Amino acid sequence: MRPIRILVAKPGLDGHDRGAKVLARAFRDAGMEVIYTGLRQTPEMIAAAAIQEDVDVVAMSILSGAHMHLLPRVVRLLKDEGVYDDILVLGGGVIPKEDIPLLKEAGIQEIFTPGATTAEVIEYIQNNLKRALG
Amino acid sequence: MSGKDMQDSFNRWQELVNKTLSRFPEQKERYAFDSGACVERLYTPLDAPDFDYEQDLGYPGQYPFTRGVQPTMYRGKHWTMRMYAGFATAAESNKRYKYLIEQGSMGLSVAFDLPTQMGYDSDDPISMGEVGKVGVAIDSLADMEILFGGIPLDKVSTSMTINAPAPVLLAMYIAVAEKQGVPADKLNGTIQNDILKEYIARGTYIFPVKPSMRLITNIFEYCSKHVPRWNTISISGYHIREAGSTAVQEVAFTLADGIAYVQAAIDAGQSIDDFAPRLSFFFNAHNNLLEEVSKYRAARRLWAKIMKERFGAKDPKSWQLKFHTQTAGCTLTAQQPDNNIVRVAIQTLAAVLGGTQSLHTNSRDEALALPTEESVMIALRTQQIVANESGVADSVDPLAGSYYIESLTTSIENEAAKLIARIDDLGGAPAAIEKGFIQQEIMDAAYKYQKDIEDGGKIIVGLNKYQIKEEPPKGLLRVDPAVENAQKERIARLKEKRDNALVGETLKNLEKACKSNENVMPYILEAVKAYATLGEICNIMRGVFGEYKQNVII
Repeated sequence: MRPIRILVAKPGLDGHDRGAKVLARAFRDAGMEVIYTGLRQTPEMIAAAAIQEDVDVVAMSILSGAHMHLLPRVVRLLKDEGVYDDILVLGGGVIPKEDIPLLKEAGIQEIFTPGATTAEVIEYIQNNLKRALG
Repeated sequence: MSGKDMQDSFNRWQELVNKTLSRFPEQKERYAFDSGACVERLYTPLDAPDFDYEQDLGYPGQYPFTRGVQPTMYRGKHWTMRMYAGFATAAESNKRYKYLIEQGSMGLSVAFDLPTQMGYDSDDPISMGEVGKVGVAIDSLADMEILFGGIPLDKVSTSMTINAPAPVLLAMYIAVAEKQGVPADKLNGTIQNDILKEYIARGTYIFPVKPSMRLITNIFEYCSKHVPRWNTISISGYHIREAGSTAVQEVAFTLADGIAYVQAAIDAGQSIDDFAPRLSFFFNAHNNLLEEVSKYRAARRLWAKIMKERFGAKDPKSWQLKFHTQTAGCTLTAQQPDNNIVRVAIQTLAAVLGGTQSLHTNSRDEALALPTEESVMIALRTQQIVANESGVADSVDPLAGSYYIESLTTSIENEAAKLIARIDDLGGAPAAIEKGFIQQEIMDAAYKYQKDIEDGGKIIVGLNKYQIKEEPPKGLLRVDPAVENAQKERIARLKEKRDNALVGETLKNLEKACKSNENVMPYILEAVKAYATLGEICNIMRGVFGEYKQNVII
């Protein structure tokens, strides 16, 4: 079985990347192939990277409050490109509880908020991949 | 008692400890700081065998300033209670500032939104979704006039968290003051203006290292002549710590950045005692109370030695490390958020016992959203209670002489000095950043911290122990999405109203200055006064200087 390929991305102008980097390293330690975008990624850049890198998962971290604007846009772009059915899309950061149902409706499968453990996120990914690792 | 006698009596006590341990083992096999360094069971005079009061501590207000930068510290005046605030529009933030002043806040601290911090206007496509979110949106002098409307700028001191576009925002502040009839030499305040830590930890950089360092030294020079009471930089460890560094790393990387700025200004031909007294610092206040107190003391002593011995500064003011503190955002939990009030109180004690010059206390709800007015008030009251009720501000550096504190102060100083020496070997902070050394060190510490929490070695109340089932919190602050459109309309109206020929001319002059060796500050000031927007000014500079490319490290 091949390893899980995951894109860790920082959408928007937010510079808080501690969470994204800690998770990226935890994913790597869990045997995944990790591509980390670095800061200041537009939804277009994230979708393009996801397609180019042929990833199984896109995990986006955002703490600036712009999540409602940026995360659904990435989903829309992935759908437009016809790859959304293969890619598990996740979000995390400082995201108010009442926004979570709206984000899920928009196609972000799960949202992790402060206090979530790396183990929890890894387990979720392993159990919810959209395409087989054959 | 001789050293040998002391060691003998310590050994006898150690036998007693061993007997006790055989019947009552300690809760943990090993006690450690977050860095992994060991915390001893007991500290005694044996831990500081060569301790020399005059040399190691001295008196407050005297070299090496271990005990504080002023002789009377908080007996003369409490630290400045400075609450970082700003959101949505200038008008909205102006209301919050007036509220804070009414509540006894003594200085303003302006939070800008991300587009402003990165030199983009609110109508730039890249700003979409971010306008007014984490701070106030400022596009031109017109916004700045509203932000400080009705606030006399000769009476308040204003700190602005602005880095890459610092010269532009400083110019706007000077221009607003001028319109109020307040000359630049009466202005008090601080700009963060610390680009190196943006590359390391905070992320709001624009230009590459070299032109960024030039802008910073241009500000040093301009302010030493025209805005002499302004703190021209706030060399920040805060964000380095928030990114996951240890206390020692926070001191080392911050002072290494400081060394780089001092060197850059000297290289630009400035004399050290002209600009060094206006340097200021910004540290984090984390949960480990006594480690934090020692950290501030160690930083003060180490900086004094660096300035005096390494750079040969002569003015005692150049030796003093003055600092602002903010309580640690990363220690706040989204779970049982009211517990954060207690964490902030402990961190406040750390900052005050460590001799801070000003303090921002975080609000309990910051792991969830921007703070509400009620939460901000509790955070401010926390400082007022420590200042007026706890008694810790009544005597200067009251923890001095504690075996633990003095031993820890010395060890943090020594460890930080070693790290600085490694950075020197790599060619200084800018080179160490380029090589990814500093980012990697912080990342390793951040990962260890997270692992310690996840394997239960580190307990965070409410997070990995003492959890309860709780309802999602209500009444969080939300920024109205209409702010973005309102800002866009304001820019459009401004561009119709202003003298566009004058704007074009001032921008052209600025471009020329950027390409030359001239100080760019006067040119930025002219463009600002013509109501050129922040984005227009920064785009001119982007054109000449280029943009920084991040070195991605995980």
